[in-house]
Amino acid sequence: MLQFVFRRTLWIIPVLITISLITFVMMKSTPGGPFDVTSSGRDMPKETQELLMRRYHLDEPDWKQYLIYIGAWPTGNDAAGAPIFKGVLQGDLGPSYQYKGRGVTDIIFAPPSVGGSLWESRFGRTATLGIFGFVFGVALGLPLGILAAVRHNTWLDYVSLFVSTLFVSTPGFVLAIFLMIIFGLWLKWLPIAARTWNTWQPWLLPSFCLGVGLSAFIARLTRATMLEVLRQDYIRTARAKGLAQNLILIRHALRNSMIPVATVLGPALAGLVTGSFFIESMFSFPGMGRMFVQAIGQRDYSVILGTTLLYAGLIAVANLTVDIVYAWLDPRISYK
Amino acid sequence: MTQSVAGRQAVSPRASAAALGMRVTKPRGLWSDAWARLLKNRMAIVGLGTICFFAVIAIFAPIFAPYSMNDQYHEKVYVGPVWQTGDWSFILGTDAVGRDELSRLIWGSRISLIVGFVPVAIRLVFGGVIGIVSGFIGGRLDNFLMRIADVFYAIPDILFAIIMSASYRDTWFGQQMGGLLLLFSALAIFGWEGLARLIRGQVLSLKQKEFIEAARTLGATDARIMWKHIVPNTLAPVIVSLAFGVPSAIIGEAGLSFIGLGVRPPTASWGNMLQDGLSSIYSQTTLIIAPALCVALLLLAFTFLGDGLRDALDPRMKQ
Repeated sequence: MLQFVFRRTLWIIPVLITISLITFVMMKSTPGGPFDVTSSGRDMPKETQELLMRRYHLDEPDWKQYLIYIGAWPTGNDAAGAPIFKGVLQGDLGPSYQYKGRGVTDIIFAPPSVGGSLWESRFGRTATLGIFGFVFGVALGLPLGILAAVRHNTWLDYVSLFVSTLFVSTPGFVLAIFLMIIFGLWLKWLPIAARTWNTWQPWLLPSFCLGVGLSAFIARLTRATMLEVLRQDYIRTARAKGLAQNLILIRHALRNSMIPVATVLGPALAGLVTGSFFIESMFSFPGMGRMFVQAIGQRDYSVILGTTLLYAGLIAVANLTVDIVYAWLDPRISYK
Repeated sequence: MTQSVAGRQAVSPRASAAALGMRVTKPRGLWSDAWARLLKNRMAIVGLGTICFFAVIAIFAPIFAPYSMNDQYHEKVYVGPVWQTGDWSFILGTDAVGRDELSRLIWGSRISLIVGFVPVAIRLVFGGVIGIVSGFIGGRLDNFLMRIADVFYAIPDILFAIIMSASYRDTWFGQQMGGLLLLFSALAIFGWEGLARLIRGQVLSLKQKEFIEAARTLGATDARIMWKHIVPNTLAPVIVSLAFGVPSAIIGEAGLSFIGLGVRPPTASWGNMLQDGLSSIYSQTTLIIAPALCVALLLLAFTFLGDGLRDALDPRMKQ
């Protein structure tokens, strides 16, 4: 088991290297550089451009730039003796080309005001939204799926199946449009574009829209596996020896039907993360996803590259966790 | 289905068998069986009907659309829909630059449907070739190809479709066909690995089966075994997987165009109409509700059809 965990963890390394390489190559093959125009939109003087390119080591050959970026090639120290750029391996995602004088790491992780907590930073906001979305997904999806399986072929089953099919096919940002119009524009219960995010009201719609696809997915899968499990002999045995129905459901059926659900949680988490690009743009949410989309508009390549790496790393870790949990849940699978 | 053909006049083996009083079963293959099961599934038929409806609209867009895609009526900006104005000249109203919303929806259906099918077809070619080769040849090549597939599997598809669309948007490649070429590639390149894994798994398990061994004993060549025996048997799960791949590609287009990547304006797509609609949400809600409803309907239709196909092609899955 330990060996499995170790091998599985090592597997993240080639994945991250490939992801960083693909992203880097793509960024490099885009036309134009980050310093073609000044912040006021005029053409940058050639000398200034060259100076900036040298400052950010963009005049080096591409392979060297990549090594510098990931931190495998040391850059010189500045006047104060601190390294100019530490590299991704040391948690430095490079300077932003658009927000002058700020690093990408700083933009992502620093709270908007001095003394704020990490939860108020862009990363913190997105993580909070993701956790809420996940909670919504599991809290709605599991009971719905179990209920549908236990009340198989009743109206309850049909309604839950229809609702979950509806939500599994509608992407969160399309659902968000309907909910925004109904609850924000017509009923005026919830704000459409909130200014502050310190109360619960603005969080409700984005987290629901983010989590609802996951919940529908979980509901459908739970229903299917639960129905399968409920037909097994050991369930009949449990019933025959007089166990209460609820106890059978919780202790015998639920635990075994969770195994297939656990396997899909990895891709589902990835879906939650990438779904946040659209949801955050929709609700003007001050998180990483909207920053990423804005950076694309501004062609701020270092922010795009850094955010991608961070997202990919998070998803890789999520997949790893799910794989390990799965191996632990189901002793029948081999650790290969 | 068993049917007695007694009473038929022509002398055929079947008729003579019937004459002997035997009940004759008409041979039916997997496909006609599956088709019959699909026809019995009401939701799947509703889904198929909806898709056909959108397909007809998309194909005959020039006939159905009252205006062309980019006709602008500058004096008629934000005209309300017919149930507000009573004016039938702009049924769903006009947008911020005076273009007829209904016509744009109709033209935009072309993009959504094309984007649903083309990237999935490219994925099938890539994934199919890699999966078959990997499963059939095996050994080191299999190992190598599957490690690549593993890496691609770990890459979040939409994230990289976003980056690729952003990077190549202003190049020559990104400007072909109103950005469609880039969109197809972005949605296809990061989505083939699921199919490759699925097909490889199928090929691996089929390779062990007795009928393949029998074919080999009879002297069939590798190519013949592959085309005549292995490929047809992998089709059922592949079709199901494709049926679920189409909506994911449609969502990809809608999402990318929504954040300003994807199809280049002024070409209408439901995705960039959502983007336009969001900026007019306070002025006129029809502009965002209409494309959102279309996307939701089409996606729901594909999900119903996908569910139906899965149940029809793999009856063991049906609960």
